[in-house]
Amino acid sequence: MSKLSKIFTGNIVVSLVAILFGLIVGAIIMLIGGYDPILAYQSLFEQVFGNKYDFGETLREISPLVLTGLAVAFAFRAGLFNIGGEGQFIIGMTAATFIGIKVTGLPAYIHAPLALIVGAVCGGIWAGIAGYLKAARGVNEVITTIMLNWTALYLGNYIVTNFLMKSGMDKSFDIQDSASISIQSLSSFFNDARIHWGMFLSILAAIFFYYFLWKSKQGFELRAVGHNHNAAEYAGMNVGRNVVKAMFISGAFAGLAGAIQILGVFHYQTIMSGTPGTGFDGIAVALIGMNHPFGILLGGSLFGILTYGSAGMSFGADVPPELIRIVIGSIIFFIAAQGIVRWVLKPFYSKRKKEKVL
Amino acid sequence: MRKTLKLSMVMMLSLSVLLAGCGKKDDNAGSTTGAGSDKKVEIGMVTDVGGVNDKSFNQSAWEGLQALEKDGKIKPSYLQSTKADEYITNLNKYVKGKYALTWGIGMSLGDAIKTVAKQNPDSKLAIIDAVVDEPNVKSVTFAENEGSFLVGVVAGKMTKTNKIGFVGGTKIPVIEKFAAGFKAGVLAVNPQAKVYIEYTGAFDKPDLGKTSAATFYNDGADIVFQAAGGTGTGVFNEATERVKKGEKVWVIGVDKDQSIEYPDVTLTSMVKRVDEAVKRVSQEVVDGTFKGGAEELTLKDNGVGIPDTSSKNVPADVLKLVEDYKAKIVSGEIKVPVTEEK
Amino acid sequence: MSAASPVLELKGITKRFPGIVANDSISLKLNKGEIHALLGENGAGKSTLMNVVFGLYQPEEGTIEMNGQPVLIDNPNKAIDLGIGMVHQHFKLVEPFTVTENIILGMEPKKGINLDYKSATAKIKALSEQYGLKVNPNAKIHDISVGMQQRVEILKTLYRGADVLIFDEPTAVLTPQEITELMEIMRRLVAEGKSIILITHKLKEIMQISDTVTIIRRGKVIDSVITKESSPQELAEKMVGRAVSFKVDKIPATPGSTVLKVDKISSKSKDGIAVLDELSFTLRAGEILGVAGVDGNGQSELIEALTGLRKIDSGSIELLGEQVANLSPRQISEHGVSHIPEDRHKHGLVLDFSMKENMVLETYYKKPYNKRGFLNYDAITKQAKRLIELFDVRTPSLDTLARSLSGGNQQKAIIAREIDKNPDLLIAAQPTRGLDVGAIEFVQKQLVAQRDQNKAVLLISFELDEIMNVSDRIIVIYEGRIVGEVYPEKTNDQELGLMMAGSTVGGKSHE
Repeated sequence: MSKLSKIFTGNIVVSLVAILFGLIVGAIIMLIGGYDPILAYQSLFEQVFGNKYDFGETLREISPLVLTGLAVAFAFRAGLFNIGGEGQFIIGMTAATFIGIKVTGLPAYIHAPLALIVGAVCGGIWAGIAGYLKAARGVNEVITTIMLNWTALYLGNYIVTNFLMKSGMDKSFDIQDSASISIQSLSSFFNDARIHWGMFLSILAAIFFYYFLWKSKQGFELRAVGHNHNAAEYAGMNVGRNVVKAMFISGAFAGLAGAIQILGVFHYQTIMSGTPGTGFDGIAVALIGMNHPFGILLGGSLFGILTYGSAGMSFGADVPPELIRIVIGSIIFFIAAQGIVRWVLKPFYSKRKKEKVL
Repeated sequence: MRKTLKLSMVMMLSLSVLLAGCGKKDDNAGSTTGAGSDKKVEIGMVTDVGGVNDKSFNQSAWEGLQALEKDGKIKPSYLQSTKADEYITNLNKYVKGKYALTWGIGMSLGDAIKTVAKQNPDSKLAIIDAVVDEPNVKSVTFAENEGSFLVGVVAGKMTKTNKIGFVGGTKIPVIEKFAAGFKAGVLAVNPQAKVYIEYTGAFDKPDLGKTSAATFYNDGADIVFQAAGGTGTGVFNEATERVKKGEKVWVIGVDKDQSIEYPDVTLTSMVKRVDEAVKRVSQEVVDGTFKGGAEELTLKDNGVGIPDTSSKNVPADVLKLVEDYKAKIVSGEIKVPVTEEK
Repeated sequence: MSAASPVLELKGITKRFPGIVANDSISLKLNKGEIHALLGENGAGKSTLMNVVFGLYQPEEGTIEMNGQPVLIDNPNKAIDLGIGMVHQHFKLVEPFTVTENIILGMEPKKGINLDYKSATAKIKALSEQYGLKVNPNAKIHDISVGMQQRVEILKTLYRGADVLIFDEPTAVLTPQEITELMEIMRRLVAEGKSIILITHKLKEIMQISDTVTIIRRGKVIDSVITKESSPQELAEKMVGRAVSFKVDKIPATPGSTVLKVDKISSKSKDGIAVLDELSFTLRAGEILGVAGVDGNGQSELIEALTGLRKIDSGSIELLGEQVANLSPRQISEHGVSHIPEDRHKHGLVLDFSMKENMVLETYYKKPYNKRGFLNYDAITKQAKRLIELFDVRTPSLDTLARSLSGGNQQKAIIAREIDKNPDLLIAAQPTRGLDVGAIEFVQKQLVAQRDQNKAVLLISFELDEIMNVSDRIIVIYEGRIVGEVYPEKTNDQELGLMMAGSTVGGKSHE
């Protein structure tokens, strides 16, 4: 509980102020560019909260971001830097597509979960490769995970091209209906927004993250290894095995993110010329969420709102998408550089204290 | 000292936001509101990830809408998609905003258009480069093979090395149509020539285009036809560098008349009149004659072809030959293949 | 002393941290030209107090006066402006820079837009000569000794015009020779009119150099005394709060059956150098075996081999008749081995874990702490609470991070955890390193208590005094082998010193 309260008290002020600063800097940039920031931000929020459809789509946007954020944070808690969320995401997509198309004749309550699980497990294995190389050979996971992003991209394209391709198209067949995790009833409630079970899965994943890491025996080991692998080794923990395990679970989060995008949003996979970016966004989300699962729910929501709302900014205020990326970037900058925020906040805090002293 | 600095910083920031608020009214007067406020037909357009400055079909489509806007008939607007999952939401932005017509530019929006059209049967949508079989969707495709055949004739006649390259984006049917027509055109006038075909796998990677072009030129090719969107700018860059060094190489452009952008290296272009198509279908909406269905624009419709500026670099006799072949294709005497013959 | 007002006076300084009062209404007077020692155990609040003086912390209550005038010190630059300089325990120097560059860093003298090195160097040279520091202004920091680096820190404060110098545990990093030289320098500084606050927990140094001593315990001032009128015994008692014995009280050992038999173990480093070279010894129940030796002669490797962190190439390690060589650390631990590691920060604790979690670092996977894969925090809390009370670990709460505890309390926590495992063999590596008198006494008593409960204790230490005082039997390690065995009653420092240097005089050799 004390941890929770810490997240929601001390740091939350700094985070909120950081977001505010980001928005202000974004506003200044928009002013310089000759756009109207007030109208732009108004459009942003209208885009997100204006009607049921857009709100539903925002929820859709948030889900994978939360999962890739959890992926980065989980590895980080175990002292690892997983830059490969991108690749694990693609592997999760490809695995889910494969199961979704090739496995037939299963009822939906088996097929869809199977596709999700295989997607998560394959993402986990993909990250586990980097974990194994780190544990067995001492290869830096930053390098291996980033390299595996490219391998995943081309492997995914290869699998789609050779086994799943709809002839005459640059994409796969559609997945079986039984593999879909779309929720029709909710979708129609949200005026056809693409609502799917992934939304609930991402919340469950955050809860799992919390319980596993802070309440389970294995989470204890992972955290010990993350904070001080020497002491963990002295205490009899198997550091290598924990590294692989941490990477596996981290990758499984990212793989699940990929799987829900296929099973819930697209229902097919296209040939990709570049990585989709959701894995990298996860790094920013983890940063905003301060590597805490509940912080990441909030961070993912913020990131999702900004990303989805950006279309509103260009629609309502003609702000080009590039400028919107700058706004998002400056918010992340202020959150990452909390020192700046604290420095500006300091006089407001310390004034009170000093008055007491004198 | 420091405290005042900090305070003034905060003040400045908040002040600037206030100022921004005051300036709101002036800024709002954008280019879109022209003369008066009599009812204009609102038309929206969703690009793929290329955006309206792609020097290719997105830009061409936007120019079509802008031309109509100049005539004072419509009020156009566009949204650029940054990721594939935005196609549907961007289309919905217009559809749910009750725009008279919503364009999807590029075949990658095909599925999104289909979904949105189904969910909103009362709306009007149109798409370029893909066929969507819904009653409220107008699908416009082009006979790229025919146009490519003509530039193939130019290339076959003008090559000095008898080696010609083709740089495609992703290997998808549309691009294969380009390649097939082009090859047939080259071989029709120059059976000795060899056409090398390469797909870079991307429409937004100029670096890949540059590498492919460099490989072709190094292998002795002197003309490269690019049908690769943004990737194609890499082809132009490579050719421009080589021409500056004194080499004699050419690029055949695609979609728009690219000699305007790259006058020194553009031999000719396979122009797809996306702008015309967009203009025409949009005009139908204005006139109230819009009807769903599929339409392929061919040489006959002037939907594809080569621009007049080609005469700058292509000799008259070659252009004459091109005209002859065009007539034969239009009359049906020559059937241009859609896929490459083995 | 003189009638003039003191250079620096602290009046009722109180500084609180969540859960703890670090300084509780502390008052202190520093007169001109005196060396004022601030004595207290680790965690007593000395460093907090000095950080308040240096402007790094703001006190909740109390005032600071300089030369009779109240001052507000809200950042270190202010402190420097007021003539307060601090020589930190951990130097804050830029290694590849020269002495001059380091000293002028942050207040570079300018000549137009250029740096005026020449005048800076000249000034530094003059200061160095005035106080007998013998520093070469043009030497690079990474080329000079630790003692010299400390002098650079001193010069830095003088260059900035400090009149009051605060030394934070200055001798912790110095060799005996360097300590003597530092004392000289400090005397010279006060002779030239500077005033010094010396933070330390080493009684010997206080007796040697200081004029006045203020003793702090648990954040409160216990007493201020004139050094000459006091004794180490008295100071130690005031510091710890009870009578301290410098001698370890123990009854003669009654060794029982063999617990550990190490037979000709060898191991190579990564570079292929033999770090353990057919090393052999035995250890019996109810005895403390001291391993003496100069640092780097295979002590660390021996501990690693015994605890399962290092593979041995040949030889055998028998624990109560069972072969334990090359087993995993956990297997060895479950065979009844406890281990107080050499480096408590690196190996003993997870500093960012709570005390609670650290207390079950090795047993979390066992019942009752592990309940079907989940941690039973009730049981963990109970255990941690028991250990912390039993061993008097001072922590604000069980949820406090291990990082925020003092070294002595951290070590107590480790010892509590290790002894509670009720091991047959306790390996204690440098168990008193960096601890103050009270904590040292506590640790050594615990080792003896284990012995008296018929456990086998292996004590590895570089401190000759500790080896001589605590051990029942001593073996000497040199270049990865045991070069001699002696009994503390029958040997002396000189003999041990020679053996540690590699000669095999004295007791029987294990060759």
